[in-house]
Amino acid sequence: MTRPVRDFGRRGFLLSGSLAGAGALAAACTSNAEPESKDAGTAAATGANAAPGKRVTIGFAGPQADHGWLNAINENAKKEAGKYSDVDLKITEGSNDAAQQASQIQTLINQKVGVLIILPADGKQMTPTGRKAMTAGIPVINLDRVFDTPQAYRTWIGGDNYGMGLNAGNYIAKRLNGKGTVVELAGIDTLPLTQDRTRGFDDALKNYPQIKKVGRAAAEFNVQTGQARMAELLQAHPKFDALWNHDDDQGIGALQAIKQAGRSDFFMVGGAGSKSAMDSIKKDDSVLKATVLYPPTMAASAVRVARLLGQGKAMGDLAEQEIPTSMTLFSAVVTKENVDTYLPLAFE
Amino acid sequence: MNGPEGVRADPPADAPAPPADEQARVEAAARESTARGRFRLPLLEVRNLGLLGVLVLLILAGSFTKPAEFLTYDNVVVILTLASVSGVITVGMTFVIIGGGIDLSVGAIVALATVWATTQATQLYGTGGVIFCALAVGVGCGLVNGLMIAYGRIVAFIMTIAMLASARGLAINISSGHTQTLNADNQTLVNLGYKDNFLFGRIPPLVIMFAAVVVVGWVVLNRTTFGRRTFAIGGNQEAARLAGLNVRMHTLLLYVLSGLCCGVASLMLIVLTASGTSANGNLYELDAIAAVIIGGTLLSGGRGTLVGSVLGVLVFTTINDIFTLNNLTTATQQVAKGVIIVIAVLVQRLVAERRAGADPV
Repeated sequence: MTRPVRDFGRRGFLLSGSLAGAGALAAACTSNAEPESKDAGTAAATGANAAPGKRVTIGFAGPQADHGWLNAINENAKKEAGKYSDVDLKITEGSNDAAQQASQIQTLINQKVGVLIILPADGKQMTPTGRKAMTAGIPVINLDRVFDTPQAYRTWIGGDNYGMGLNAGNYIAKRLNGKGTVVELAGIDTLPLTQDRTRGFDDALKNYPQIKKVGRAAAEFNVQTGQARMAELLQAHPKFDALWNHDDDQGIGALQAIKQAGRSDFFMVGGAGSKSAMDSIKKDDSVLKATVLYPPTMAASAVRVARLLGQGKAMGDLAEQEIPTSMTLFSAVVTKENVDTYLPLAFE
Repeated sequence: MNGPEGVRADPPADAPAPPADEQARVEAAARESTARGRFRLPLLEVRNLGLLGVLVLLILAGSFTKPAEFLTYDNVVVILTLASVSGVITVGMTFVIIGGGIDLSVGAIVALATVWATTQATQLYGTGGVIFCALAVGVGCGLVNGLMIAYGRIVAFIMTIAMLASARGLAINISSGHTQTLNADNQTLVNLGYKDNFLFGRIPPLVIMFAAVVVVGWVVLNRTTFGRRTFAIGGNQEAARLAGLNVRMHTLLLYVLSGLCCGVASLMLIVLTASGTSANGNLYELDAIAAVIIGGTLLSGGRGTLVGSVLGVLVFTTINDIFTLNNLTTATQQVAKGVIIVIAVLVQRLVAERRAGADPV
């Protein structure tokens, strides 16, 4: 449930994604071309919309922060809310249990918050709760994991899992000059987000018939399983050219396994954009050469959008009178050349 | 002492022995255990034949599907290294289960121990600090478990579930969801995982540690008073108490032992990943219990073998490896694991029944 309903076909998206990937690559070469980053954001925040306005109470309900990325989501939300004198942020203790999260959101509704930001533990299960808030007249900003029906949210903001796979695949293919063997270290196979990342990756590779995906294993998004599955994959494939790892946290373990096996015959592309991954890319001291973003800054953006919704304002640089119903983040490829631009966005 | 469950639950009719006879009774019980131990040694191997068969079949399957990669030195090292971590936990779990208890908190203790040992604060004290913290957290959690179960009379199942919840919660709090990486001062520890530091250039230090834990565990379980008492208490707590054993203290020690094993396993994980995170040790309790059970240990206590548990761990690790080598999905892997557990237990039961007549597994 992490993918939004898209209006355009997958093929069209594939094409635009490839172009975007190529664009990111071009941007990577010209390091002074600054993509949308914190700086761009601050620019928007200093515009007319940043001026203090009507007081807004924003409720924030996220899942349990037991993973680097989720933790960064919470921190981003808090930090952003602190920047505005007219925002009160009420955060509930994160929970991975749908029933508990539902009751926490009910509490926020009872407290009559002006706008709700929900990152559901499970989008499908939390849909009724989102609808309930909307019916109660509280606009809901659905963060990342998508509700089942547009009736349950006013605006969706989230990452692009398919695009992540696509951009990773395109980057790897370009770097390999369209020829070679790749291995994929996926996340949790039962999650739609993992399936989307793999689908994007495979779709990208379809454009390069001379690139073969020879191995794949799922590593459950944590360090220890990352080490274990990578150690086994390295034995299964005594030689390959590139590795795509879905998640930088499990990548810490994967990198250890690679060092332990003393391998350097391939390069590795990570996913999500953690600080340790970006540091490693910058230092260029391992096989890790790039990581594909899935920015936790979406939480900060959600706070901004929530504030604007609460104050009845539109988005600065758009001609629209209203806030759009969906915003998909771009999964940029971070390499040694452009890492300084993205380092401020990295999460611990 | 090892009769069917229904009989075992009742206190023996002649249990309240006069104090003068007590010492003699304990001696007799110990002699009987030793005698049983000696008698059981061949039987123990027979009982593990099924599991050994499964392992051999797996090795054949691995060699057949991936002839060039499976039975190589490097791959065997990977399998044994990965088995070391869960293996050490399983040794502790075997003691607890034979002693009639259960420890559901092992995975959470591992998470807490790795997190605590890798936080910046403890790293200031260098490698020694990391090692001390991991072991101290393991023993500490085991001590709390043991005290509450033995002296607070909380059911083991409940107490260790409570420990599972609170230890993992604490791990998340301390790390605030971050993965803590070891700093450069602790490279000595991380180096243990690298090939250039293998003993005799061939054997990973982690595998040696695992082997040492298994050997010590086997000797303690099968050749010492502590081991005999573990069997006695697991077989019939009441009878053991009446025979003069300090059941509470012994139970306490069993959970401390399990905690200590978790501490050692945490150190192994830190060596392997150079980091600590609250997501570590996820579902280790289930893996360890499954390995103990397919290894032929009775979940109700009083009977079991350490060799079986170790074989169980090897079977699971080998399945994982074969599946990854062949690019099979995790879902298929889980189904296979379930099927193999049932087959192994069935075969074990059939073999044991044929050899030992009516002796139930």
